[in-house]
Amino acid sequence: MSAQTDKRRPYVRPMDSWWKRDPFFVRYMIMEATSVLVALYAVILLVGLLRLSQGEAAYKGWLEALKSTPSIVLHVVILVVFLYHLWSWFKVMPKTMPMIFVDGKKLPAETITYTGVTVAVVVNVIVLIILV
Amino acid sequence: MADSTKTIEMEVLRYRPEQDKEPFYQTYSVPFTDDWSVLQGLQYIKDDLDSTLSFRWSCRMAICGSCGMMIDGKPKLGCRTFLRHYYPNKVRVGPLEHFPIERDLVVVVEDFIKKLEGIKPYIIPKQARTLEQGENLQTPAQLEKFRQFSTCINCMLCYAACPQYGLNPDFTGPGILALMHRYNADSRDGGRAQRMELGHAEEGFWGCTAVTYCSEVCPKDVDPANAINQNKMGSAIDYFVRFVAPRGAGK
Repeated sequence: MSAQTDKRRPYVRPMDSWWKRDPFFVRYMIMEATSVLVALYAVILLVGLLRLSQGEAAYKGWLEALKSTPSIVLHVVILVVFLYHLWSWFKVMPKTMPMIFVDGKKLPAETITYTGVTVAVVVNVIVLIILV
Repeated sequence: MADSTKTIEMEVLRYRPEQDKEPFYQTYSVPFTDDWSVLQGLQYIKDDLDSTLSFRWSCRMAICGSCGMMIDGKPKLGCRTFLRHYYPNKVRVGPLEHFPIERDLVVVVEDFIKKLEGIKPYIIPKQARTLEQGENLQTPAQLEKFRQFSTCINCMLCYAACPQYGLNPDFTGPGILALMHRYNADSRDGGRAQRMELGHAEEGFWGCTAVTYCSEVCPKDVDPANAINQNKMGSAIDYFVRFVAPRGAGK
């Protein structure tokens, strides 16, 4: 037994650049990395709220800053990121929920994903109509 | 062989611990017909070209879970993946990722087996039953709550798809956590509290970061990512409830 054990020399493969190995992992890493921009946008909105509490002049200053070219470029990038996250969020959603049964049959993951995306799009369109 | 025989180049990762310092790819020319699986290609190599090649297999019909391997970089069962899908390109075959290589395509599975035993993958009855009580009955609705998670064949493809397991082998991993959920969700079972001590731990459900590739590669549609992530909410509630209503004894 010991002789056999001695001959064993299990080879452990390195995990360097593991996420480049498969397109699925690349998409996952894009999702994880761009969530920083999602958080950044929350900070931008919070700063706006803070400036609003400081009076009209402060709030107008914040609005002016938003109109600058770097800000517009950033907003376009963040919009693209949000569209990707809109999809990835609802794609993962069925995995995070307890199984739902309708008439004794499991509700398919696609139904949950597409319902979520549809609701999000409709709500956004309504908000846009109200704002514009 | 029949006239319709084609020849495909199979690149197989070799590692012979007694002579190789590290693994390397060896190429074999394998004649095949359209109905040949990758596993059959490997069997041809073993029988006719190079008897030193080692790989695990048994049933040839996707139920024993032995022939999991990386085929062109994807975790797949050798027996249900066909050579014709790769021809005329070559096909690269390697041992399952994230496990140490024992030899050639054979990986070390001790860690998996130990963890599998650790979650008590059997029904722990709520109350001791006697034979006179007869069958432990269940409604179809109760069965559906766990049926999907009970079809796991322990092929470990989900482990080869899980970077969290590759980065931290202490993580219990997708397949076994799905089995934990399978028994916890069984109406006949009363072992949830025993199993959830591990479930709540960082090596349990919280080690998962929802990459969800495990569910993509599962040949039996177990959906381990769902089994794991639907437990996080309960685990979080459990964590806060214990401040309000301590259940004692470190639970």
